[in-house]
Amino acid sequence: MLKPETMFEKVWAAHQVVPETADTPAIIFIDLHLTHEVTSPQAYSVLRERGLKLRRPDLTIATMDHATPTRTSQVFGGAPITIDSAANQIRQLEKNCAEFGVELLGLQDARRGIVHIIGPELGITQPGKTIVCGDSHTSTHGAFGALAFGIGTTEVGHVMATQCLLQNKAKTLAIEVKGKLNIGVTPKDLILAIIGQLGVSGGTGYVIEYRGEAIRAMTMEQRMTICNMSIEAGARAGMIAPDDTTFTYLRGRPRAPKGANWDAAVKYWRTLPTDSGAIFDKTIEIDATSLVPMITYGTNPGMVVPINGNIPDHSGDPVFDAAMQYMGLTPGQAIKNTLINVVFIGSCTNGRLSDLRAAANVLKGHQVAKGVTLLVVPGSQEVKREAETEGLDQIFIAAGADWRESGCSMCLGMNGDTVAKGQYSVSTSNRNFEGRQGVGARTLLASPETAAASAIRGCVTDPREFF
Amino acid sequence: MKPIKIFTSRTVVMASTNIDTDQIIPGRFLTTTTKEGLGKQLFSDWRYNASGELNADFILNQPGSQGCRILVAGHNLGCGSSREHAPWALLDYGFLAVISTQIADIFRNNSLKNGLLPIVVDIKTHHWLIENPGAEIEVDLGSSSLKLPTGISVQFPIDSFPRYCLLNGVDELGFLLSKDTAISKFEAQSNISQHNT
Repeated sequence: MLKPETMFEKVWAAHQVVPETADTPAIIFIDLHLTHEVTSPQAYSVLRERGLKLRRPDLTIATMDHATPTRTSQVFGGAPITIDSAANQIRQLEKNCAEFGVELLGLQDARRGIVHIIGPELGITQPGKTIVCGDSHTSTHGAFGALAFGIGTTEVGHVMATQCLLQNKAKTLAIEVKGKLNIGVTPKDLILAIIGQLGVSGGTGYVIEYRGEAIRAMTMEQRMTICNMSIEAGARAGMIAPDDTTFTYLRGRPRAPKGANWDAAVKYWRTLPTDSGAIFDKTIEIDATSLVPMITYGTNPGMVVPINGNIPDHSGDPVFDAAMQYMGLTPGQAIKNTLINVVFIGSCTNGRLSDLRAAANVLKGHQVAKGVTLLVVPGSQEVKREAETEGLDQIFIAAGADWRESGCSMCLGMNGDTVAKGQYSVSTSNRNFEGRQGVGARTLLASPETAAASAIRGCVTDPREFF
Repeated sequence: MKPIKIFTSRTVVMASTNIDTDQIIPGRFLTTTTKEGLGKQLFSDWRYNASGELNADFILNQPGSQGCRILVAGHNLGCGSSREHAPWALLDYGFLAVISTQIADIFRNNSLKNGLLPIVVDIKTHHWLIENPGAEIEVDLGSSSLKLPTGISVQFPIDSFPRYCLLNGVDELGFLLSKDTAISKFEAQSNISQHNT
């Protein structure tokens, strides 16, 4: 009998062009290269300098998301883009894609959106594929049982020129989630709790496989939220075994396989889950049943507490002290009722339709607190259209929110959607690093439900009070 | 890329744990389309005050830090975003090596591909380096070792392939391009859905 294998090992083995040797890493074939305006220009420059072609335009797709405006007047109305260098980057991507034959879902394309949202929407994110992008949240696509990870711009160039990457095989980490999540506790709360337990470097060198009852019960959109934040624990990739939930999501997507190809694909995808008896390098367990909504209080995603808990007191630990000083919070104080200024609902972590539904469900019939700005940015133009079809936009607007076009927006503030110095933001994004949402901005990461509840009260609020 | 073999420099110490790539180069500077000139934005939010003047308290702005080519950082350097602008900014500023007890995967890869040496050392060596800012260190890639002014020599791990590339000043793309036949053979045989449309 063959040695039992993990899902990661199966996908890895199926993509080895040249195996690892004592002197060289393995050469791995890449099935899908997602590209965007920020991390590709210097890679195209390398192709030009060396007179190289882009090897597989058919496996490459481009969109613009990181630095694009979210105001309708700027996306569709011809109003100038505020940041000149961002406008230049957009023009550069258009030029590069035209020159190298890459399909571009450009600024006004109905299929545009955050690169990690549109891959699944189009059905090009599929089980068993190797997927890369010059963006660390490429781990999102692992929710389909793909091996998906972020790369730098030099490697973007490698994939453009050869469709391959030099890679050392990662170690495997199983995260077994025991039991079910309680009502009012979301996948965002689970992944924040996992990062809190693992720490921001605990996953370094590993590919995570999320397993267990709570994971199996999740929708694809929820699984994407989980895999998305793998990088925040230091792991480059997170994977979830494909199952009927995966296949139902993909079936009928514009670029999913059709007819006999679909049947053959599903047959192959069913062979991907980790074999019973396969050995992971490390396994950790999380008890889902004990979790409550979570929120961060510090300056990395591992600094997280239950929403009804207190900020810990690690005074004397330089990381903790620096975080407290930056955040302007007091050790030992309750995180609940912390006054806030801004709420951001969106990003590749929580900018999908189900996230907007969850937030709208809390906001319906309420008003955003006086003095609080609520920015709702759909993850893609498709998410925006679907939300508008359901009337979610009207709920947001009636509550006093600003409803925008899709993009990364305030997750990293590259496009000018920023939080002012010293202000507190409850954000559904993935990073609470110093300055991430703007110079001096203070970010508290949470679920869409918690963000919406906090917008209503004007302070950190347990969303279960609204259920 | 210029070959790296051996160099000597004083260190500058930033002992903070988890220095992420957003700190090394904040996101608002990523709208550039070139690699050059990012050094002036390195650690921008720590290095400059609100009016854009140099923050005299920040370590890189102090007289003793000028000319230092080796950055000693706290545990888990370079976590977060995959932005290669982080090593580009460090190199453009003048750094040749970064030292920590753990370096995040993507940042480490990006550094190796640009000739910025990511050096991981044991806790004891790290402690010594943190306690002795400005120490003159010899980095010898040929023997994969650091020589401390105490005379102690410490080996650091580096995979043989990136080490070969750095020692010889060659980049990895040439190697990948030389495997064209193997790649074509793989493409012809693979049964995985290989198209986006």
